[in-house]
Amino acid sequence: MSYASFESATRHSEGESIIAEDIATSGVQASEAVARYALALGDDALMLGQRLAHWISRAPELEEDIALGNIALDLIGHARFFLTYAGTAWGKTEDDLAYFRDEEEFRSVRLAEQENGDFGQTIARQLIFSYYQYELYTELMKSEDPTLAAIAAKALKEVEYHQDHATAWALRLGIGTEEANRRLQEGLYYMWPYIDELFYDFEPVAELPGVAVVPSTLRARFEERLHATIAEAQLQVPDVPQARGGDRSGVMSEHRGHILTELQVLARAHPGATW
Amino acid sequence: MTSTEKTPTLSPVADAPAAGASHEAEQAYFDALITEDSRVEPRDWMPEKYRKTLTRQVSQHAHSEIIGMQPEANWITRAPSLKRKAILMAKVQDEAGHGLYLYSAAETLGTPRHVLNEQLLEGRAKYSSIFNYPARTWADMGAIGWLVDGAAICNQVPLCRASYGPYGRAMVRICKEESFHQRQGWEILYELSHGTEAQKKMAQDAVNRFYGPALQMFGPPDADSPNSQQSMNWNIKRFSNDELRQRFVDMMVPQAEALGLTLPDPDIKWNEERGHYDYGPLDWDEFHSVIQGKGPCNVQRMQRRRAAHDEGAWVREAAAEYARKNAEQHAELMGA
Repeated sequence: MSYASFESATRHSEGESIIAEDIATSGVQASEAVARYALALGDDALMLGQRLAHWISRAPELEEDIALGNIALDLIGHARFFLTYAGTAWGKTEDDLAYFRDEEEFRSVRLAEQENGDFGQTIARQLIFSYYQYELYTELMKSEDPTLAAIAAKALKEVEYHQDHATAWALRLGIGTEEANRRLQEGLYYMWPYIDELFYDFEPVAELPGVAVVPSTLRARFEERLHATIAEAQLQVPDVPQARGGDRSGVMSEHRGHILTELQVLARAHPGATW
Repeated sequence: MTSTEKTPTLSPVADAPAAGASHEAEQAYFDALITEDSRVEPRDWMPEKYRKTLTRQVSQHAHSEIIGMQPEANWITRAPSLKRKAILMAKVQDEAGHGLYLYSAAETLGTPRHVLNEQLLEGRAKYSSIFNYPARTWADMGAIGWLVDGAAICNQVPLCRASYGPYGRAMVRICKEESFHQRQGWEILYELSHGTEAQKKMAQDAVNRFYGPALQMFGPPDADSPNSQQSMNWNIKRFSNDELRQRFVDMMVPQAEALGLTLPDPDIKWNEERGHYDYGPLDWDEFHSVIQGKGPCNVQRMQRRRAAHDEGAWVREAAAEYARKNAEQHAELMGA
């Protein structure tokens, strides 16, 4: 199946790339296992997109209001793809899944949920997450599931920019001034305990050989590339223990509930309404 | 642009005076550009007052875009669907982009962006008063798009023909994006006014709060706007405040009917003789008090802008220092 055949008046990019409405109208239906896999990837993108959106109108420069806003917008787009696709298994829409699931039903990694902190902390989170997503989508493009492969192909193009943005700022902050180096280093310490969870082989993955990417297989390449950038930016790879509870359940997270409170408040005040 | 409107010229009307030409020759050249309705470009001589007026107008417009991001950013994290969230994020991003084009246009008049920014942060420069009103509900995203961006478009379309080239050209792109913004505001209100009772009430309440301030965006009545004539003589401004306000009311009355919402003015009535809608008096005391800093969110908006600037200082410093180190290294490699 190719998504290029779906015509839409609101299509923003030409060619093979996909939009959420394509998935909803294509008639494709995810299996239960594929849906649970897509849900986890969608939740990661949604949580981080929601966090980054908070920077808009608060960034250090106008150019960064635009850049961080654009990254957030990309991530919300990725969340829409994955949640729409997951919803096809259960007869639910992207908004049913984003707005009407409770905290314990989300499957996001804690790294994506961490607070923005200062700009250094946000860049530390971006650096780790975009390097991880780059490896993930590079592999997911080869999935035997054409919808997952199409989403990954579209997302990868955008994540490459996210990675460039994070790398450029890591170098500026790491090499620019002592204060910036210290702040980014602190950001890395703060985010580092949540790296294990990115590579946890969560529950439906084993059921989906050739379809889902096995997270643990991405780690070596991720570490090699990330550590090289950290060294180039004159920073240290933090030597800190990993946080327990890295299984995407959210049982060991305090942030998720706060994020959802804000995200869901209006939609839940008007159940059944359309917007 | 219709065919009756003049296309901006790329070449000067006559040979520009050579460097060191007499003041009279420079003034004559400028006057000829204005008379011909041609464009003044950054390289051209221009009267100090023209430069000052434009710097003030363009930078105020830029500041308005930047402060105007705040009321909408207030709803990004609570937007009621993912599609609405994405659209609102894209819109607020556009506003930051408009700020950037406009600061760039203002810079061509000789004042650097950081100086313009200082003027805003120190309270010496103004921005549109409408952004000192709170965005309380989701329907305010609709009302801001439909009414505030709608008023902005009425104001800005004629500015695409402003005599100063960089400003007019910036406005062309801005107007394209603003018309998209207005449509998304309309769509939000349409969904609400055709939704549940609570949603309809939310939509009407937002229109009630934003309609009056949106009409005031065109500025004081012509009789109280002494500087307008000079701007019109310079082909910066093409229509008077009251003309633009009338155009806006005429446009909004049928649109409100189509939305199924009421404009909060009992005096709105079609006037056959004038061929326009009559409308009631506006609260100019409120307008002046908001300009004087007594608006509901004046302090909050400025506090947020200053906080973003102050908290970002170390980031800008690191970026500048990194660029300096890189340039130094490059120079060494080149054997300079």
